Amino acid sequence: MNEHTASAPVLELEDLVMHFGSVRAVDGVSLTIRKGQVMALVGESGSGKSTVGRCIVRLLEPTSGTVRLGGADVTHLSRGQMRAHRRDVSIVFQDPAGSLDPRMLVGEVVSEPLRLQSWRHSRRELQTRVGEGLNQVGLRPEVARRYPHELSGGQRQRVSIARALISDPTVLIADEPTSALDVSVQASVLNLLADLQRDIGFACLFITHDLSAVEYLADEISVMYLGQLVEQGSREKIFARPAHPYTQALLAAAPLADPPRQRSRTRVILGADIPSAMDPPTGCRFHTRCPLASQRCVAEVPPLLQITDGTVACHLVAPDGSGPDVRRTDKAGNHP
Amino acid sequence: MTSTTPVRGATAWTAPPVQDATARPDGPVLEVRGLSVTFSTETGPLSAVDGVDLTLAPGEIVGIVGESGCGKSVTAMSLAGLLPRSARISGSVRLAGNEMVGASPAQLRAARGREIAYIFQEPMSSLNPVLTVGRQIGEVLQAHEGLSRRQARARAVELLALVGIPSPAQRVSNYPHQLSGGMRQRVMIAMAVACEPQVLVADEPTTALDVTVQAGILDVLRELRDRLGTSILVITHDLGVIADIADRVMVMYAGRVVERAGVDELFARPQHHYTAGLLSASPTPGRHAGTHRLQEIPGIVPVLASQPDACTFAQRCAAADNQCTSASPALAAPGDHPALPQDHQVACWHPRADLPRQRGEDDK
Repeated sequence: MNEHTASAPVLELEDLVMHFGSVRAVDGVSLTIRKGQVMALVGESGSGKSTVGRCIVRLLEPTSGTVRLGGADVTHLSRGQMRAHRRDVSIVFQDPAGSLDPRMLVGEVVSEPLRLQSWRHSRRELQTRVGEGLNQVGLRPEVARRYPHELSGGQRQRVSIARALISDPTVLIADEPTSALDVSVQASVLNLLADLQRDIGFACLFITHDLSAVEYLADEISVMYLGQLVEQGSREKIFARPAHPYTQALLAAAPLADPPRQRSRTRVILGADIPSAMDPPTGCRFHTRCPLASQRCVAEVPPLLQITDGTVACHLVAPDGSGPDVRRTDKAGNHP
Repeated sequence: MTSTTPVRGATAWTAPPVQDATARPDGPVLEVRGLSVTFSTETGPLSAVDGVDLTLAPGEIVGIVGESGCGKSVTAMSLAGLLPRSARISGSVRLAGNEMVGASPAQLRAARGREIAYIFQEPMSSLNPVLTVGRQIGEVLQAHEGLSRRQARARAVELLALVGIPSPAQRVSNYPHQLSGGMRQRVMIAMAVACEPQVLVADEPTTALDVTVQAGILDVLRELRDRLGTSILVITHDLGVIADIADRVMVMYAGRVVERAGVDELFARPQHHYTAGLLSASPTPGRHAGTHRLQEIPGIVPVLASQPDACTFAQRCAAADNQCTSASPALAAPGDHPALPQDHQVACWHPRADLPRQRGEDDK
């Protein structure tokens, strides 16, 4: 938000590229997150959003581009060199059952980041830190002596969050942290993340496919499609005045839990399914599904341009941010 | 989809005699009474479904909504005998006039495909990776309708067109891995409706798909109902999907139906505290405007060895009192509240009808 714009960036991505053989998973993504800022990275499956997260925590070494954590270039550091930066950035994964070691006690899981950092802690000190960490995420300290399988899905995700936060990171990467949870549990985990972020003030990259989940959490929203950013702006802007046809379609596609309103909405059905990242379409990558695409969109790659209140990569959007809206264009959304 | 897409009746292939001409016009196609399902496990019996009643009228779309473990999928699977042997089923399931509980394997097999068909969440694991989609759809038609291989293939092309697959004549020769997730789910739907079942059960049909693809699949289901008159039972955890497609809704919690109403009625005036909790826990665009918190439902879903003589939601409910923990409320219309329609039924000792309306005031 505004008070952050002056503060230093804690995470910078510059033209990040990650190719797996011929699969162009991430193709030139630039992002800046400042101290205490929550950035949502939104996209559908195959958009490359999770790959971006994995490049930042250096589970992957990017093909090209730069990842800067607190100003330090970590793009090509070795495992050993990276260790010094590990405490600055943590990640919470989607599936807590898969990301917690089933043979470790919860206490060991949560204290592992501290034990791996070379400085030594006494057992008692570790125990206290773990107790505090669990308490912070709404779990009782006794949970430390349980195994992950003894906990519910929501409790396990709380354990993942406690582990991620125990080293006081400046950036938390949350990769679909609530997608595997039931609706009522989802709400409590989202609330917890929002509370912790407000109290502790870490910066957060919240990766999700679900725009509605970030509406009350994110300061800024970045929308990805097929490995590239298509739009970026404040939460208010993206929800109130989405400029890119894809952002508009995403907002229109999520059904509202309100039957009369849902029935009265204009349906936006995108033409085909998301194309393969092995052979992305020419020009604007969204043109195969965009109801408004013209010849220019097929031929020419739209640059990511600054508009009045954000950035957008679309030929149809004017520099002042005005442009068509697929949700209001007659019949445009029907099947091809 | 173009209006020239061939459907049954308009096509050249010979349709089998319609055996249900008398059963279709009125009366429910599916009638479930007192359905209970118990699994025997190492730790003793586990009650998954307890006394579910359900009717499905011709051309109606009914949604069952609930969280994992509420019994919604077990209810759906028990309709056509898809549960493993460890399941003990009691009650009655009448499908097009025939009793399915206790029916022989041959009777069940005859009903599947022709009278009831399923689509599941994960189309990749339900499709055979080494057969073309045309062969797989054709198999259904050869087995149930006695078509020749050539007729079956021609019909498969029509079915792919019906579910909105572009260039169906080419796609019919594709293998599943050559199709995207949304296309595979369309193929599953084409297989399910190949024999024009009276009842289509869609168990989390869009959960594995992206939202922009989901919208298209929901449209296909709606169109099947409109054009073929198929009755559809949609099982989902997603209230948005229910709001989009269902005519009536049942809310399940811990194996029981806790509330049942028309879709507008349920979302506007939820009577069960669980339903209300679910509604306010769901993130809805435009409702949270930066400052709101999502409402949480405290506690977790109980795992039920046996169904207690109490409200199963009592431990998590703010309105619970002694009555709620000592007697199980029956599903009934809240008689004291004439403002509610009679088909709005709730299993709660203290329905929310007296409370001021909360939802909707948050809307901008």
